[in-house]
Amino acid sequence: MKKSVILGALTVAGLAAGAAGAATLDDVKARGTLNCGVTTGVPGFAEPDANGVWQGFDVAVCRAVAAAVLGDGNAVEFVPTTGKTRFTALASGEIDMLARNTTWTFSRDVDLKFEFTGVNYYDGQGFMVPKDLGVTSAKELDGATVCIQTGTTTELNLADFFRSNGISYEPVPIETGSEAVQLFTAGSCDVYTTDRSALAAQRANFANPDDYVVLPEVVSKEPLGPLVRHGDHEWGDIVRWTLNALITAEELGVTSDNISEMSMEAGNNPEINRLLGTEGTLGEMLGLDAEWAKRAIMVGGNYGEVFANNIGESTNIGLARGLNAQWTDGGLIYSPPFR
Amino acid sequence: MSTISDPGAGNDGFRIGMLINDTRYRSYTFQFLALLALIFGIGYLISNLLANLAANGLNISWAFLGEPAGYDINQRPIEYTSQSTHARASIVGAINTLIVAFLACISATVLGIIAGVLRLSNNWIVSKLMSIYVEAFRNVPVLIWILIIFLAMSNAFPQPRDFRGDDPVASMWFDAVAFTNRGVYIPSFVNGEGSGIFWLVVLASIVGVFAYRRYARSLLYSTGRLLPTGWPSLAILIAPGLLAFFALGQPVSLQYPELRGFNFRDGIHLRLSLIALWFALAIYTGAFIAENVRAGIQAISKGQTEAAAALGMRPGRIMNLVILPQALRVIIPPLISQYLNITKNSSLAIAVGYMDITGTLGGITLNQTGRAIESILLLMLFYLIVSLSISAIMNVYNNSVKLKER
Repeated sequence: MKKSVILGALTVAGLAAGAAGAATLDDVKARGTLNCGVTTGVPGFAEPDANGVWQGFDVAVCRAVAAAVLGDGNAVEFVPTTGKTRFTALASGEIDMLARNTTWTFSRDVDLKFEFTGVNYYDGQGFMVPKDLGVTSAKELDGATVCIQTGTTTELNLADFFRSNGISYEPVPIETGSEAVQLFTAGSCDVYTTDRSALAAQRANFANPDDYVVLPEVVSKEPLGPLVRHGDHEWGDIVRWTLNALITAEELGVTSDNISEMSMEAGNNPEINRLLGTEGTLGEMLGLDAEWAKRAIMVGGNYGEVFANNIGESTNIGLARGLNAQWTDGGLIYSPPFR
Repeated sequence: MSTISDPGAGNDGFRIGMLINDTRYRSYTFQFLALLALIFGIGYLISNLLANLAANGLNISWAFLGEPAGYDINQRPIEYTSQSTHARASIVGAINTLIVAFLACISATVLGIIAGVLRLSNNWIVSKLMSIYVEAFRNVPVLIWILIIFLAMSNAFPQPRDFRGDDPVASMWFDAVAFTNRGVYIPSFVNGEGSGIFWLVVLASIVGVFAYRRYARSLLYSTGRLLPTGWPSLAILIAPGLLAFFALGQPVSLQYPELRGFNFRDGIHLRLSLIALWFALAIYTGAFIAENVRAGIQAISKGQTEAAAALGMRPGRIMNLVILPQALRVIIPPLISQYLNITKNSSLAIAVGYMDITGTLGGITLNQTGRAIESILLLMLFYLIVSLSISAIMNVYNNSVKLKER
């Protein structure tokens, strides 16, 4: 009998979770704010500025979704999460979506029951060394001491890279990224390894960023993207197509400058018309109004503008587009068509 | 009287009903039934747990222990590569735990006894200094001490490349020991031909010292003749070893650490994480042991000191021969729990990246395989076994020093 009680409780809990999951859009609308999980602070990707306002590349995705759903890009409650708490926060419903340098992997998608809604940054693991070490390739690092954030896939990639090249190294596992940076700048390790975007971002905060270089080797694939809970497909579609709207806007040349003009009336390009809601009923299909994509793009501009303003070459993060250029420019950023 | 007679040998034989009606058996019956209920209860809970875990796709499986770990460990007391199994990674972690626990237990004991005795010193400065040590280290969490020592050393010590060049910023002590912000490099022994005999001689002289002191003591107790113990002990310890060393043609040599490439090579590398963890555990727990020692000494009646002084004993002898042997009876039991604390606190190693068993089995292995329940169970089992073993050994010692009542 006890078993049936426990199973009964589990069933009720499961139903409740299912019900909560199925209505994320309604929850967000009723609440009036979007709960968005971000990092605890990575410059350029998600970090509060001097006024305490969250800024960054991942933050822009949250704001775009909030603008599309609620009509206000500032109606976001940012929830800082760590590498260990991020999935629990999402699974438990504490946050509605997670936009936090999270690598899309098979087991996270399938086993942990999440849904990745696209890739907003194609990353890979890299190495950073002090410039005066005179190292130009990771293959010259035989015998070096390597600082590494423990509990991530970087640990396995690192072991594989050094083993396949037949060179030795001394791993120094560190619990948090900031502690690892501290040890690296103090010279306790020769090399610091993590995702290349994070390397560039953290280098920007060093006292002398020019004294350090990121080596050319990329030793892993790390597609980073926003994700939502498995099972609520309506909500997943909204997040997926908001990201796609930003990407398509760049491809079609819709920017924050010309968007008001373009959305006044239907123009000659039918895809722009469908995207901006002057033609067709795409917004209605999503359960939103016709101008959802227009609002999402107006918050921070299209994908290219978001990139340039937060982590692009003109910022002190200084990342080149590289793999993250539009497919028409030889990159991997590609949105399915709006039709 | 009949209640304690052999139950099976009763004149009227045994009937089933007596299990309930007879006071001789009734309590056994109920205890047996209660035990059965307990076993079934626990068994039911376990099967329920397993069934529900299986329903959620979380089958208990130990197969992951046999799979390649895929990650590297810096401090490897036994051979290990990233292709070794998770089980081997766990064993490496377990040995690392035992290494730091052993080092910290020894140093904490030495530190604690010195501080505890000195805190009772008549010298105002010495006793106050020891009070400050005890209060400062006892009242700050050990995690903070680990981090303070780690960060202080990583920022204060020079980098290995500061040792390079014609006019280096830093230099080695006596060309043998290098303090760097990656750890301390000390010379290691290189065993040549005949080194086995040399180490046997060294071992024999250590045994010899204890034998000599035992003989001196029994001679003192039986005849009252006091043999000198200081210089003969030293002579027994050193002389045979030196003789053997030169007679065998210097079989053991020292290999000095040398800066090659990015780091010092050769010699023994005491990593920063090991030193930080070891020192922090030693000084933190040493403060507690100091208080145990002080309590033990103060538990001995002052009359003992006065009586010994009246017999003309010097203060050092009073402490060593009269007070401490009696105080040990009070000191040992709380000392056991301090040793257990050191072993368990060593799991804070993760804060400085020391690869103990919590870092390997309970850290990377758990993260990479997702086998949380199995890893945590194994971890609990390991700490339980180690703690019970320490208790058992220390209890044997406690029985040998405690007051024997005949």
